[in-house]
Amino acid sequence: MSSSWDVIVDALPVLAQGSVVTLKITVISLFFALLIGLLFGLMSTSRSKILRGIATAYVDFLRGTPLLVQIFFIYFGLPPVLDIKIPETTAGILALSLNAGAYLAEIFRGGILSIDKGQMEAARSLGLSHGKAMRLVILPQAVRRMIPAFVNQFIVTLKDTSLLTVIGIRELMNSGEIIISSNFRSFEIWAVVAVFYFLMIYILSLLSRSLERRYAK
Amino acid sequence: MRKLMLAVVSGLLALTVSACGTGTDQAASTSGQSGAKKYVFGTDATYPPFEFEKDGKYVGIDIDLINAIAKEEGFEVEIKPMDFKGIIPAVQAKQLDGAIAGISINDKRKEILDFSEPYYQAGLSLVVREDNTTINGEADLAGKTIAIKKGTTGATFADELGKKYGATVKYFDDSPSMFQEVQNGNADVTIEDYPVISYKITVDPASKLKIVGDRLNGDHYGIAVLKGNKELQDKLNSGLKKLKENGKYDEIINTYLSTKK
Repeated sequence: MSSSWDVIVDALPVLAQGSVVTLKITVISLFFALLIGLLFGLMSTSRSKILRGIATAYVDFLRGTPLLVQIFFIYFGLPPVLDIKIPETTAGILALSLNAGAYLAEIFRGGILSIDKGQMEAARSLGLSHGKAMRLVILPQAVRRMIPAFVNQFIVTLKDTSLLTVIGIRELMNSGEIIISSNFRSFEIWAVVAVFYFLMIYILSLLSRSLERRYAK
Repeated sequence: MRKLMLAVVSGLLALTVSACGTGTDQAASTSGQSGAKKYVFGTDATYPPFEFEKDGKYVGIDIDLINAIAKEEGFEVEIKPMDFKGIIPAVQAKQLDGAIAGISINDKRKEILDFSEPYYQAGLSLVVREDNTTINGEADLAGKTIAIKKGTTGATFADELGKKYGATVKYFDDSPSMFQEVQNGNADVTIEDYPVISYKITVDPASKLKIVGDRLNGDHYGIAVLKGNKELQDKLNSGLKKLKENGKYDEIINTYLSTKK
């Protein structure tokens, strides 16, 4: 049997490639999740009962089912019924975006509600429309307060990409499993996989801390 | 208070250490009420006709075989279902005493596990969607996508085919996922053990799958045991031999497969 060191060195390029896929999917998913979150967050703070109802239903449903079920449903469940083809990366990004979007909607809602009512009243009395007041006065303040929660969701989503191994996306988790299933070296490979995830998230945390220092106050 | 804590902690430590020290030998000899030795076997419960769940019970060729062997040899069996790719690592990690899961015997696996005598000849087949007419053998795989189950001999084979013909290989955790992948048209072909796919097509005509070409190789299934567990290996071999002699082996195979291979 080869030494642990050789096993790790052999695995590094494949795991690095997996990490790139993991990061790519995380970033793209979070971009869409932010749009979804903003939309449903605004809807849930609007005065329209219907909009609020839709937003609540969305959040409750997406938070009330496991992400793994959503992934299987979108990738294996929907295509035969709708008679369409969904490539695995599209399905993965879709599932992660919809899921993280629900959590971000709640973060947006909380952020918006945390801004004193007087701000909106003041903005409106200055003649700004509701939409303009939201965009120019409320959201900039709210988003600053939301930074730590955003970063947290970023970390959660990055780790959630590991679930995409079930639909054959060759991200970090799947790469690790494939290597182990051929060389049976669980200890070394899982250790390296853990380090890769940790590094990605640690670097992210450092970035977010500097971001917070700059904007949060 | 501190003294009490200390006592509890050191007690726990002592327990852990002693449990680690004896390892699986201890676990294996934990006897049931009958006093018989109990072994834990891993399996992949999504692999009909070798192992699957029916009416809340695990059934299939492998399950019936291991139970029959246990009866012949007078030991108890506990079945632990898990992802196929996790089974061999679990035996290695001594979480299991052995595994019976349609495991093909090969040299790579022999380095880290011991095997019983072969009990079934399986062999790999190419599987495509019914309406696929472009793939008729391995030479047609250029530029195609192969769905495969992690940790299987089929996966190793697909890897080689992928390199040889320039095909993409996609890895899944279980057989139902990789079948679904071909049914949905996200992969062109999958590689599965012949008896498994032929059973699948027979019991599930809606699966829209068909076998193409000849069997790709002649893999034999064996029961895996922890490396060096000669005692269990001997029991399995002697049990298998008895079952083949008294006709019980054929009976089990014929229950699940109409034609004996």
